[in-house]
This record gives sequence, structure tokens and C-alpha cells, in this order.
Amino acid sequence: MVGITSYGVHVPLFRLDRQVIGGRGEKAICNFDEDSITMAVAAANDCLNGTDRETVDGLYLATTTSLYKEHLGATTVAMATDLRQNTYTTDFGNSLRAGTAALKAAIDAVQAGSAKKVLVTASDCRPSAPGSALEQNFGDGAAALLIGDTDVAVTIEGSYSVYNEIIDVWRNNTDTFVRSWEDRFAVEQGYLPTMYEAVSGLMQKYNYKPADFAKVVFYTPDARRGAEVARRLGFDAKTQLQNPLFDVMGNTGAAFPLMLLVAALEEAKAGDLILLASYGNGGDALALKVNEPIEKIRNNRLGMKGHLTSKRIMTDYLKYLRWRGIVPLDKTPGPVATYSAVAAKREYNQSISIHGSKCKACGYVQYPPQRVCTKCHAKDQMEPYSFLGKKGKIVTYNLDYITPRTETPIATTEVDFEGGGRIQCYMTEVDVDQIKVDLPVEMTFRRYPLWEEVSLREGVYLYFWESRPLRA
Amino acid sequence: MVGITSYGAYVPLFRLDRQAVGGRGEKAIRGFDEDSITMSVAAARDCLNGIDRETVDGLYLATTTPPYAEKLGATIVAMGANLRRDIITADFANSLRAGTNAFKLALDTVKAGSAKKVMVTAADCRLGIPRSAFEQNCGDGAGALLIGDTDVAVTLEASYSISDEIVDVWRPEGEQFVRYWEDRFATTMGYLPVVHDTVSGLMKKYNYSPSDFSKVVFYAPNARRCMELARSLGFDAKTQLQNPLFDVMGNTGAAFPLMLLIATLEEAKAGDLILLASYGNGSDAFALKVHEPIEKIRDRRGMKGHLASKKVITDYMRYLRWRGLLPIEPGVKTVEFYSAVAAWRERDQNLRLEGSKCKVCGTVQFPPQRICTQCRSKDQMEPYCLSDKKGKIATYVGDRITPMPEMPTITTEVDFEGGGRMECYMTDVTLEQLEIGSVVEMTFRKIRVEDGVHIYFWEATLPRT
Amino acid sequence: MGSIRDKVAIVGMGCTKFGELWDKSIPDLVVDSCYEAFEDAGIEPKDIQAAWYASRESGFTGAHLSRALKTEYIPVTRVENFCCGGQDVLRNTCYGVASGVYDIALACGIEKTKDHHGGFGLFIQEPLDRGMTEWDIPPASQFGQYATSYYYHYRDYYGWDAEGFKRLLALIDVKNHHNGMLTPKAHLHREITVEDVLKARIISWPFGLYDACGMSDGGAAAIVTTPEIAKSIRKDYILVKAQALAAGAGQSTMQQEFDFLRFPENVAAAKSAYKEAGITNAREEISIAEFHDCFSTTELITYEDLEFSPRGKAPEDVQAGRFTLEGEQPVNTDGGLKCFGHPLSASGLRMTYEIYKQLQGKVDNPERQIKNPKLGLIHNIGGNVGIHMAAVTIYGLPE
Repeated sequence: MVGITSYGVHVPLFRLDRQVIGGRGEKAICNFDEDSITMAVAAANDCLNGTDRETVDGLYLATTTSLYKEHLGATTVAMATDLRQNTYTTDFGNSLRAGTAALKAAIDAVQAGSAKKVLVTASDCRPSAPGSALEQNFGDGAAALLIGDTDVAVTIEGSYSVYNEIIDVWRNNTDTFVRSWEDRFAVEQGYLPTMYEAVSGLMQKYNYKPADFAKVVFYTPDARRGAEVARRLGFDAKTQLQNPLFDVMGNTGAAFPLMLLVAALEEAKAGDLILLASYGNGGDALALKVNEPIEKIRNNRLGMKGHLTSKRIMTDYLKYLRWRGIVPLDKTPGPVATYSAVAAKREYNQSISIHGSKCKACGYVQYPPQRVCTKCHAKDQMEPYSFLGKKGKIVTYNLDYITPRTETPIATTEVDFEGGGRIQCYMTEVDVDQIKVDLPVEMTFRRYPLWEEVSLREGVYLYFWESRPLRA
Repeated sequence: MVGITSYGAYVPLFRLDRQAVGGRGEKAIRGFDEDSITMSVAAARDCLNGIDRETVDGLYLATTTPPYAEKLGATIVAMGANLRRDIITADFANSLRAGTNAFKLALDTVKAGSAKKVMVTAADCRLGIPRSAFEQNCGDGAGALLIGDTDVAVTLEASYSISDEIVDVWRPEGEQFVRYWEDRFATTMGYLPVVHDTVSGLMKKYNYSPSDFSKVVFYAPNARRCMELARSLGFDAKTQLQNPLFDVMGNTGAAFPLMLLIATLEEAKAGDLILLASYGNGSDAFALKVHEPIEKIRDRRGMKGHLASKKVITDYMRYLRWRGLLPIEPGVKTVEFYSAVAAWRERDQNLRLEGSKCKVCGTVQFPPQRICTQCRSKDQMEPYCLSDKKGKIATYVGDRITPMPEMPTITTEVDFEGGGRMECYMTDVTLEQLEIGSVVEMTFRKIRVEDGVHIYFWEATLPRT
Repeated sequence: MGSIRDKVAIVGMGCTKFGELWDKSIPDLVVDSCYEAFEDAGIEPKDIQAAWYASRESGFTGAHLSRALKTEYIPVTRVENFCCGGQDVLRNTCYGVASGVYDIALACGIEKTKDHHGGFGLFIQEPLDRGMTEWDIPPASQFGQYATSYYYHYRDYYGWDAEGFKRLLALIDVKNHHNGMLTPKAHLHREITVEDVLKARIISWPFGLYDACGMSDGGAAAIVTTPEIAKSIRKDYILVKAQALAAGAGQSTMQQEFDFLRFPENVAAAKSAYKEAGITNAREEISIAEFHDCFSTTELITYEDLEFSPRGKAPEDVQAGRFTLEGEQPVNTDGGLKCFGHPLSASGLRMTYEIYKQLQGKVDNPERQIKNPKLGLIHNIGGNVGIHMAAVTIYGLPE
């Protein structure tokens, strides 16, 4: 029996109030220091909470918004989630269906015996032109599913795929924003018939009837179309269709089908049959059966529910445009620095994997990893120590309102961790009213907000861990 | 038993004489109307020679140079290779290891029973800054492997992989050229130790010794490092190492490991044990065993056929023009607009080269018609695919006025074996090579990019082999 | 004016392997070099009362040293002086002890040039904020100007054609490469021949690939104390006999009298050092030396500047093998910059390390141990033409 043994999601903290763009409800938006990699890391760590990282054999990342055309995103995510070096990493790209493609491939890998546990993570923050309909609909987010063969909470009963070569919604390599052909064409020749074909193909292949399914989870380009397909296929859109969450999140691209699946699983009970269908130059339809172990997964994670209720509403549209890089920032000259890939490589353990070192002689935990113990001065007596998932408290902090950056103030914090160790780091998602000494914080993986010029000049994106107020 | 049941490859016709850039030998360069998609189609078609297209259940495309950031490339390749629509399609991205990623996952898919046959194609056309060492080394090309569970020619005996975070050779989204850190760092901290550790990891875990392998196939950034790696692992670089073909092709990125594997398989015999290792933010190593059915796959153009068929270019400026790095005079633009709607309607005729055949009188016609051109019957057509048919030139002409990367632009009327005629461009040929009656074959190419859309269609060319 | 002669002693030294140390960070090099020095001296890190840290590329302030070693709020000063950084950091440490304020002090020089694209790059850029109207001239072209003058001035006398001059320079390269083969801590271990040198790719005539040193990473450290304390630590401590540093004032590129057949900064530094050490005949009295062989002609001209050879006669001494391991005055017994590479602020201390071990008779490979050396000299020169920094330090054993 192969299937989903755990899940995790990440919905960014900030929500844009659609009233500022002439719509209704809210959509989830990446912070300026988030991207498809950081969100995938957050979702993956959420999913792996409670799992021994050593036991994960593969990590597949799916996204249409990769930072690189040549540089694996999955390796960065694997390091930031502390997986073994001989984990199988690969990126699925170029399609809104990449998430379900990765899911299917992961199931095959475990089924075939090539791996015992594979983590699938889908993450997207697709760019949309200001004032466009796509801007109304798009949201940002990520989901992660752990596929295994023991304690399986959701088994895969069957799948069916069909492709459809069409230019309906796409982005060329040189495009800044996702493009769409006329909506009616895109939906009537693309989305609707393809979803219909994929789902009815599945149902025919395995002899399902609409009533067999407790829940139906559809990728949908907007709030209405999913219901339309559901009705055409004979489902009751009111009772069976998973709410596509447009009023609180939006269409999160390659992550969307998996995030909506997690939302469905949060309400599901053992015995439920769930239909999942994704779309993107074709459709993948899967039939999923929920089993007892689902109860165990629900409890120790924030999940979709927790993430959706934890939010900060943004009504400053200009700020959103600045965060997206659509409106240029004041290019005040920054500090002088040259990037070194050599130094970066040496430091991945501390910068991406957030490892410090613990002194074997006196037990003192320190960050970054040291050769000479800061406490007892013993030399070369260190063992690696991971800060992943450790809770901390602010010891002291500083707010800088002067340095012009994407967001002010810039907060620097000293964080002391449960179990030992102290890290000096930036703070993200600072709540100026809330920040104080002793504030409990957690660490989050983000794009390093300084050195923007370095990224442009060197073509490299820099990542680091920052503190932030507890999400829950 | 699951494994490779067929293979195919594609090396572009043109080779740049490296003397033009101060080097030696030749490197394969795609024509101005080729890209990762068109090369994948060619490799897939070579692989599917003699195989019923209807039986393919999935297509995985691997490349670091896809035409789109959001739009599947695999679906375009599936159309060009004329595969069924109800199949699994996915793009593997962002890594020089993507080709072996797709290979490994395709094996899982067939082994797990999700599909009986999966086509894996890997293609790349990476660009180096003019006159750089990188430009010297990189070439363009594609490889294809059909993974199945019957008549298996090559089985996977063992595999081992390492994931490695490093910024050694990379390309950010939105940039054209591949970037690289100092070569000594990239090889001493990246390529050499990572592939070494992966291969020795495989050998240790499964108890192999170097002499067990008849052939060893390595991705390599250049010829020297390849030999260095082989020697460091205890292999005899002279007798065991697959020639990395830098003097005739160059490093073809994500396609490279698969293309070199195919070159090896073309000489392999049943019983051979082959080691394959790729590199790109880590390494995948495979031990592959060759079986009797390998003899049945010999009728492919493959690496040998494509490498032998070539046109050498010595004019570096011509190469720069083809890459769009040297602007050409803009022509007078006729008024026309791209229509995704029309393109969608015409997708089968444009991408599959599907015409129609009249059920009443048997006349083949392209593009597909509702009223038969011969007997005027209405709506009596069945689909008829022309892409694999050979044809003859009925007439042709060369246009020297419209500015294109290559002049003159040749248009022809092709009469197909078995019926049907179509008008189309010709590519990879000069007027001097043509006569009325010349035998031609069809090839999948990119006509142009318009409004953020890559427009593909078929063109005629002289048979490659 | 006073003198440093016999006022301070070196009782411990450390030196890392030099090379492309991709996986070694600045703290790694600090820890490795300083701990070897502590062990050599038999002292504890906490015994150090003050430290000087030299680096050109690898860090501002002394924090890189204090954080790596976990020193207890002692003073740490950062020193930088182009290629003389290694000598200058030792110089400052010695004055700290000689002043009578500190009993035991630490000098450490670290450079990670290979963390940058291909090494520290071709150019010396000063200052960081510039109007960018001047040419950036690479070091090979800076030092090459001297080579050109030397060749033109002496070619008739020596009967050189272009190849003949290169053959002479090749002897220096072959010598240094041979010595490097005998030095485990060197980066390059490769025996070469004169023919190899002649066939090598030209960088900037007359310099071919083998006439120029490469860039590398490395670090070294020294423990300095008073002779009284030194006596209680070990018998074979070494004494500093002289320390000289001469800064050019732009004369060579502004005044027509300067002939590019010598480095005026070398000449001045040597004069000052010999006066301080009481040396009247360097050719006879200096047993062993480490010269700054960034390029082969730099070593050649330095033989004359430092009076190892009479002015204009260095080629004869080179031909005769005077400066080889077996010769009368071995220079660069460990392979020099040629085989170690040139991590700028570490080189001066690496040279000191070789002299220190040679004087003690404790060189790690006895095949390159010189018999009974008495006085050892180290030399560095760096910077642009006219504003070179030249440094000379002389060491000897206690009487």
C-alpha cells in the first residue's frame, strides 16, 4: 500500500485586500523575502515535523516560478530540510500540473521499491500584470506531501492523464508576467473540456460514479469554473466540491491542487474517497482513499486552516508592487561586497541547513559552527547541531528605520534557543507593536533581503534563516 | 524486467569548426530553426522507428533550455512524435541531471505499473558567451530512450545518487548565457568529488569493482576532466571510457549522459555491464546490463548516423547570426497577428502533420479538408499522418529578398509516397543540392517566435542518412 | 634612533599547507596556523597578551582572529601592506614586545585569495571609490617593466638574445621548482626543466607561465616574546636582528633619474636592515634567504639590490649555481612564491617559518636542510611601480 503519510503547507502571512484592486476578499501574497524555494522549505518542514529526516529518500520540487533555469531547486530545499546527502532530488517544471506529475512520480518510485519515502513539494508565486484579471485570481503558496508505504493515511486508488496542446495561459522565458489568451477561449477550449476528459477518463477506467466520492478537489482558474466542471460531470458542487478558497487565498499555481487536497484532508475521515484533478496543458486525475492514520497527521501541524486564519491584511497596493519588484526601489548604494561561490559552498551547512556545532567536551551549543569552543576553548571537539524546528526567544533586538531597503524597519535580533545556542539574525514579518525582549520566535528560511545588487550582478540568489514571530 | 527497449538520438546537421574560435575539432550547433523541443521530436522519432506510436503511455522531457517558463514542453514533443493524448506528460527541469532524473523516474513508473511504455527525451541548447571556453565546449543535441517491460534490451541493475548544493555552473531565470565560477573550483569542489563519491558509493553498496564494467559513460565538462575522473575511480581510460565526443559534438547538457549512453549501446553486446553517471547539483550513477534484444535496436540513425552526416561551418559570424547575437536587417513585416485560437484548432495538422484521407476515393490531402479535393465528397475524411512519409520535390524556389538568418529561403511542393502534396519550407539545404524529383523527408522545426509564443511546424529536408 | 636587534625572539611558529584550499575558511586557517605555533612554543592560547592580524583580502579588523581563537578581550590590530603584510604584521608584533608593554604576543597572516574569481584578480585596485580614469595595470606588467630594462641594458654585455635572457631566468624557475618538490607544505610539487620554461605560454614578456607565481590560500603565525622569556621556553629560539620597511614615494614613475634596473625600495630596505644588524658584507654573512620571487626577474634584481651579487653581476652568480640548495648562498630553499603561491599577508610569515626551521635544523624534509646556517634573511616587495613597499627582516640564533 503506497500513499500519503504526511502533509504540510505554507500560506504566506500577508493577504492583499482585493478591494484595492477592485475585487472582493483577499489573496495570499509572498513577502518580499519569500519565493518558490522559501515557501517549499516551509511547507516541507511542516510536513516532515515528527519524521526522522534520515529516512527520507527523495525530494521532488514542482514549480513554474523557478529562480534558475540551470540550478536545481530541490537540492536547496533538501538542505534546508536536513535530508541526507544521497537523497534523490529533481525539479518538475514548466506546468501547473507539475505538482501532480511529481506526486505521481513519487508514488511510482515508492511502489517500484526505489525509495521508501519521497517528499513532494509544489510551490508557486506566479507574476501577474497590475490591473489584470490574473492579478485578481493569483495567490502564492506551497504544499508538501510525504509519500511512503507505512502508516499510509491516503492511498492512491488509480489515476488517469491526458494532455492538451494549447496556448491558453502561459509565460515565455522573456515574459515578466503570465499571459492569457481571451478567457472564454482559454476556459472553453482549454480548462473545461480537458478537466472533463481527464476526470471522466478516470471514472470510466475504474468504474466510479459521481456519488462514490466524498470530496472532489479541482484545480480551477477562478472561483466559478471548478463548479461548472463539477456540475457537468454530475457532481453536486455544493456538497462535494472542495472550496477553492479564492476569497481567502487565490489560485496558487502548481501548488494549488495539492493545497486544496490538504484542505480537503483536514475534514476527511477514514473511508472517504477523494477525487483530485489538476490542469495545465492537460489534466491529471487521481482517486484517493482516506484511511485511519489520517487522524494522526491532523493534530501536530498548522495545516491550511491554521495558516489561513493566521494573517495580516495589506491594503497598501504600492507596497505590494514594490515587494514584487514591479515598482522599482530607490537604488541607494549599498555596502561593498563581492560574492564568492567558494565561501558560499563552505558555508551551506550553516546558511542553508542552519547547523551550528555542539562541544563534545562541555556540551555548549554555538552558531555558526566553530572549531574552538566559545565556552571551554576545546579545539576540534565539535559535533554538528541542527537548529531546525527549535523554538527561541528574543534576548535583544534593534529596529533600523534609516537604511533604505524594501521594508523598514529592519529588525536585528539575538535569539536564544531552547536546548542551547544563540543566533544573531534579521527578523522578518516584524510586528513593531509586538516586538519585545522575551518574545517567542521561530526560524524561517528566507531570501536574504540585502545584497539585491549582488543577485543582479552575480546571477545568484542568496538564502538565509531569519527569526519571526510565531505563526500560530 | 523493466528497462530500455529502444533508443534514438539527434545531432544537428551543422558543426562549427572550432578553429573559428581558436580551438580544435568541431561542435554540433543547432540550426536557427531548431531548439530543445524540435531536437527532442527528432530523437523521439528515431527511437520510435518501427514501434507502434499508440503503445506509448508517457513522455518525460528533460532540458535546461525549455522554450517556456510556464507551458509544458513535453506536450509539444508528444504531438510532434504523434503519441496518444491519454498519456503521462511532465517536464524535468533546472539541472544537467534532468536527463537521468527522467530516466530513473520513468523506470519507476513502468516498474510500478503506472505505464507500460514511457518515452524519455533529453535535449539541450545551452548558450555560452561568445569566445568563452564554455562556448568552445558546449554543443547541441538530444537523446531518447523508450522504457518498457517487454523485449528489454538494457536493465537497471543498481543505482545511487547524491544531492549537492553548489553554485558552480548555473543560469538564473531570465538570463541567456550560462554562468560559471572559476573552473578549478567547479571541478575540484563540484564535478570530480561528487561524481567520484556517487560512483564509488554505487560500487561499494553493490560490490562492483572497476573491471566488472565493459564500458563507463560519464557526463564531463571537457575531455580532460572525463579521463581524470575515470582514472581516479580505477577505470582504464583507454579501453573502458566512452569517448565523450568533444572533438565532434561537444557537451550537450542534460542530453549528454543519455547521448553518450546511446553511443555506447550502439557498440554494446549482450552481457555487457555499463556504468552511467551524470552530474548537476549532485550525481546519478547507474549500473546497466545489456541483453539480447539490443541487437533488434540497431536500425536507428542514432549517434553514429547523425554524427557521420554533417555540414561544417567555418564562418563564426554566421553562427552568431543564427543565435540572434548579431542583429539582422529587419524585413518589411506583413500585417498578421498570431491567434492562439486558430493555432489550437490547427494543432493536429501543424504539430502532428495530420492531413486527411478521403474514405470514398482514397485521396490524401494536406491540410485536412472537409470537401475532398478529388471527388468532392463531403465529411468523408479520416485522419492521415504524413510526418513519417518520404516524399519527392515536385518543384522548388529560393527567395533572396526576405531577410532571414539563412538566405535564400527555400520553398517546395512535396509529393508524398502513398499520396498527398504539401507546400512547405526547406531547411538544412542549399539550392545547389536540389533537383526536381529529389527525395525528401519531413522534420519538426520552429518557424518563429511571435507574441511570446514559439510557433512550430514541419519542413522538408534531404534525408539525413 | 634605536634598533630592534636582539630585543625580541620567536619561540613558536605555525604554517598551514598552501594551495587551493576551497574547503578551508578564514577561521580554519587562523586556528590551524596559530595552534601549531602554540604547540611549538609549548604555551596556551590564553598566554597571548596582544595579537596582530594581517590580511589584504580576507577581512577588516582583528575580529577574524579574536573570534576564531576565542581570545579574552586582548588587543588585536589588523595590519595590511600589500605583499609586505606578512613581514609588517611581525614587525608590529615585535615592537609591541620590544616596547616592554607585552611579554608574549602573536602575529598571524591569513589570505584566501582563491575565494575570489580565479584568485585576487589581475589588478590592484586602490582606493575602492574611484573616478576610474587611470589604467589598471596588472602586476605582471608592473614588474615586467623592470625585466625589459634589465634585458636591454645588459644584453650586449651578456650576449643575450630574447631566448638567451629567458634561459637565464629559467634557471631561477627550475631551482625554485626543484626546492618545492622537497617541501610538503608547498602548493606545487612539480619538477621542471629549462625547456619547459621556454615552451610555456607567455603572460607578459619575458614572463611565461613558469616565470610567475600563482595565487593561493594560506596562513602562518609566530609567537614573539622577550629573549629572557624565550630562554625559559626553548634553547633554539631565534632572535630578530633587523626589521626594515621602505615605502616608495612615486619617484620611479615621476623622476627621470630612476633607471628600472633596480627597485629603489629594496635598496633602501636592505641598507637599513644591514645597518641595524651590523652586517657589512651581505654576500659573505647571510647564510640563507627567502626572496619575493613573484616573477623571476624580481628575484634576479633583488640579488643585486640586497648585495648578494655585485650590481649587474647577478646573471653570473645564477649561472654558477650560487643560489641553489648546494650553492654558497641558497635562496628560496622551500620553493619560494613559485611553489607556495602568494597569499599576500601570509607570505612574509611563511618565509619566516622556513628560516626559523632552517636555523633550528628542524626543517620537515631533511633533504633541503642547510648545514649550520647563521643568519637568515627574508625579503618582500609589493605594490605598484614607484610606490612599492619593500621589507627585509634578518634572523639569527642566540650566541
